[in-house]
Amino acid sequence: MAVARVATGRGVARRRSLVGWGFIGPFLAVFALVFLAPIGYAIYLSLFRNRLIGGNSFVGLDNYAQALQDSEFWSALGRVALFLAVQVPIMLFLALLVALAIDSGRLYGKSFFRVTIFLPYAVPAVVATLMWGFMYGTRFGLIGNINESLGVTLPDPLSPDLVLASIGNIVTWEFVGYNMLIFYSALRVVPASLYEAAEIDGAGQIRIIRAIKLPAIRGALVIATIFSVIGSFQLFNEPAILQDLAPNAITTYFTPNLYAYSLSFSGQQYNYSAAVAIVMAVITMVIAYVVQLRGMRREY
Amino acid sequence: MATSVRPPPARSRSVLTPVRGKARRGPRRSLTLTVLTAIMLVYSLIPLVWLLINATKTQAGLFDSFGLWFHGDFALFSNIADTLTYDDGIFLRWLGNTLLYVLVGAGGATFLAVLGGYGLAKFDFAGKRVVFAVVIGAVAVPGTALAVPTFLMFSRMGLTNTPWSVIIPSLVTPFGLYLMWTFAAEAIPDELIEAARVDGASEFGTFFRICLPLLGPGIVTVLLFSMVATWNNYFLPLIMLKNPDWYPLTVGLNSWNKQAESAGGEPVFNLVITGSLLTILPLLAAFLLLQRYWQSGLAAGSVKQ
Amino acid sequence: MRRKPLRIAALATAALIALAACGSSDDEGAGSGDGGTTVSDADVQAALEKGGNLTVWAWEPTLKEVVAKFQAKYPNVKVNLVNAGTGNDQYTALQNAIAAGKGVPDVAQIEYYALPQFALAKSVDDLKKYGAESLNSTFTPGPWASVNTAGGVFGIPMDSGPMALFYNKEVFDKHSIQVPTTWAEYLEAARKLHKADPKAYITSDMGDAGFTTSLIWQAGGKPFKVDGTNVTIDFSDAGAKQFVTTWQQLISEKLLAPIAGWSDQWYQGLGDGTIATLATGAWMPANFVTGVPGASGKWRVAPMPQWQAGANASAENGGSSLAMPVKGGNKELAYGFIKYADAGEGVQIRLDGGAFPATTADLTSEKFLSTEFPYFGGQKANEIFADSAQKVVSGWSYLPFQVYANSIFNDTVGKAYVSSTTLQDGLNSWQQASAKYGTDQGFSVK
Repeated sequence: MAVARVATGRGVARRRSLVGWGFIGPFLAVFALVFLAPIGYAIYLSLFRNRLIGGNSFVGLDNYAQALQDSEFWSALGRVALFLAVQVPIMLFLALLVALAIDSGRLYGKSFFRVTIFLPYAVPAVVATLMWGFMYGTRFGLIGNINESLGVTLPDPLSPDLVLASIGNIVTWEFVGYNMLIFYSALRVVPASLYEAAEIDGAGQIRIIRAIKLPAIRGALVIATIFSVIGSFQLFNEPAILQDLAPNAITTYFTPNLYAYSLSFSGQQYNYSAAVAIVMAVITMVIAYVVQLRGMRREY
Repeated sequence: MATSVRPPPARSRSVLTPVRGKARRGPRRSLTLTVLTAIMLVYSLIPLVWLLINATKTQAGLFDSFGLWFHGDFALFSNIADTLTYDDGIFLRWLGNTLLYVLVGAGGATFLAVLGGYGLAKFDFAGKRVVFAVVIGAVAVPGTALAVPTFLMFSRMGLTNTPWSVIIPSLVTPFGLYLMWTFAAEAIPDELIEAARVDGASEFGTFFRICLPLLGPGIVTVLLFSMVATWNNYFLPLIMLKNPDWYPLTVGLNSWNKQAESAGGEPVFNLVITGSLLTILPLLAAFLLLQRYWQSGLAAGSVKQ
Repeated sequence: MRRKPLRIAALATAALIALAACGSSDDEGAGSGDGGTTVSDADVQAALEKGGNLTVWAWEPTLKEVVAKFQAKYPNVKVNLVNAGTGNDQYTALQNAIAAGKGVPDVAQIEYYALPQFALAKSVDDLKKYGAESLNSTFTPGPWASVNTAGGVFGIPMDSGPMALFYNKEVFDKHSIQVPTTWAEYLEAARKLHKADPKAYITSDMGDAGFTTSLIWQAGGKPFKVDGTNVTIDFSDAGAKQFVTTWQQLISEKLLAPIAGWSDQWYQGLGDGTIATLATGAWMPANFVTGVPGASGKWRVAPMPQWQAGANASAENGGSSLAMPVKGGNKELAYGFIKYADAGEGVQIRLDGGAFPATTADLTSEKFLSTEFPYFGGQKANEIFADSAQKVVSGWSYLPFQVYANSIFNDTVGKAYVSSTTLQDGLNSWQQASAKYGTDQGFSVK
């Protein structure tokens, strides 16, 4: 196929540019309505304060000052940071192990594994939390049943000490398959030539993993980490649904999102809630960006 | 040849050609490894098995029996019947709502993401990087930050308590946009587009007739993941909808669960469990049947470094 | 800075509210300075005949039958009964709708503890101009006092929850436990029961705002005092202390089942004897029937244990009214419906469905009192409930932001149930957190 002389020049480039905007236009239009407008409105709201007595008034950055000094906000932030530091590595590590195992070709029935371990992702968080909630019951749930039949007393998963770990379990259960699949897909595109070379060199499995597979999925690992980090900071569904079962363990300020939700909907403090949410958003974005930077830099 | 800015190519392998066959690796199947991985499998399946077993129990039977084994009465079919007819069959209505939200919402989201991803991949225009940065940055904004302002905005527009309040926000999927961008960059050679342009085809025509078919696996992936997201959507419908007639299944199930908490309310945990089972079946089926597509689509997405 | 103008505004508002309260209580029903002409019964009747559409937000199941019969009686009226959530969920939705100015229902079910919040925010209509004051003798003192606050009548009582002690007779008999008549005896019974059967508990409690406030109410405590926008919160008075002393022992000695109320485990516990008693409102029987059918015949009803031997005090726990949001429409029609459901034919319809009345006539009627409950082994439980209704301690009030305060109850007092924090400290921290919120909202809180 000859390289035909295509009309070039500024006119064409600009037309192409407009066409480009045309393709991304619809997405951006809805995006503006659904993301940008509410964010703008949230920022606007965060500059005011509406009280039961006294009505609405402009307070400038007072809400932000209050948020930064709010011990409940910081305890919530600390909690999700802890959650992130523990749950994300565990989940990604498990996902990686399973992906490597399936990719190694040494499993019986690997398709079966791949599909079934992925299935929990298709379960809505509401259903997953309800199910685990039923099972966590120390009296009549599964834990209780095990206690009775084996004569032991397992610790209560819904006690204040363990509830964060129990939630971590639910989140891990929900997403390990999804992350596993991302890693597995990345492994699948490693060129065969690399493996051939390794075989010729007589490299063992561990060596192959370290030298070929892990570097190959570096990008996928970074992406998965970023999304998991963002997801951890936004933890809401699982604690919100479990709250009825463990009202003393899951406070209204258990996670920043839950705190913002309680402020809005129980306290009718929309303005302060908007400020809290925006502070959270900024923190999340900064951390996600840092993770991306570090991840990318390690490429070389 | 016109060049366009696109993400750095992956390790020079098109995702469309398979790279490894089984024969080359001479697998020595390992029982140990299988057993170890099976632990993961059991972990993934236990709650689902629990769900299945407990959907066969009556409300009273739930309390009397061991969590992971059956009770005397096998009530699965009567539970299913009850779930579908309770409260004048509102479960079916919820199912219909969910299908509506998913088809229109996820379908629309996929359409917008495909268009947008193609635009980002194949065209060069000012502000492109900014656009992408803003969109991905928006993912980091917590849902709750947007919830109340979106609610207040939508109610001024008269949209709350209507299906639109759930559908419109579902039309935006930054992850889908990203996925389509990488996929389009990989799967559609620039030469193809150039050739079409030379032939005098319009941009949109080119996109529609030539590029779209090549994007197949990517589209299916985005569609499936959007479907999961919309199907499982909980928080947004919770605040937007007040009329139970418009609830999706997730919100409906939770309202049944909470029903037990009101004076005079009837606990229907067996229906919550059976309803949950019925809720996840369609998605599970969709994923199982469409495996081939989304697996290769995901492969493309994770290839971008 | 900007604080001073706000404080002046708050004082001015308080003054205005006080003035308005003075103004309206002088009126005898003729047109008044609060901006609305009186609506007579004839007007309401005319509206009912004319018809229209009505939106009602309520979760009370017996209202379905009421709506059906109401529509049959007034064929031109179409009622859309929506269950927009239970309790707090619905209040959130209601407040959101009011804030947005759209989608506000014409009638809303609002529990007694939440009504002051809506009344103060002027979110619900003062029903005096519809002649609601004339209904005051229709209802028992507890519910009426709850709707007749801040100088107006902001809702019509729908049901009530005078407290009683429900106990599992089978369990009591098995361990030879006497039905306690005082809380001291209750504590003893708790110890005896748990010692005899470590898997059984006298009751379950993981911290419940309604329960705690009701018990302090019964003990004569008055932790919340409201005067316009001046609010006092104090958990150190005699009544609160009595509650704390007894209840702390139950907590410390681990005599309370750590099961969240209204969960599946809770229903299970009621059924199999793990939870032996329940001190709660008179609306509970319907829940026993539907939620714990397996224990039918095993439970009985007794009067609430007393704080002082020989006393006869009670309190209300739960119960709701029907109110008219200001931003709703169809006012005459809405009032007509409320009157029908709460003070007209709707009452008997609901009683037949298992609801517990707030109307004096029903509570004193022979038919009502002699009802035998098969669930309680044929016991005429209504006698106990009716007696309790008459003995409700007077002078109780809720906070004008009780909904919020209750939502943070478990954050604060809940700690006493799962850590070494004492109940008194928990209540104190609830007091502080509530006070902070009140101040943030512009009240002056002591």
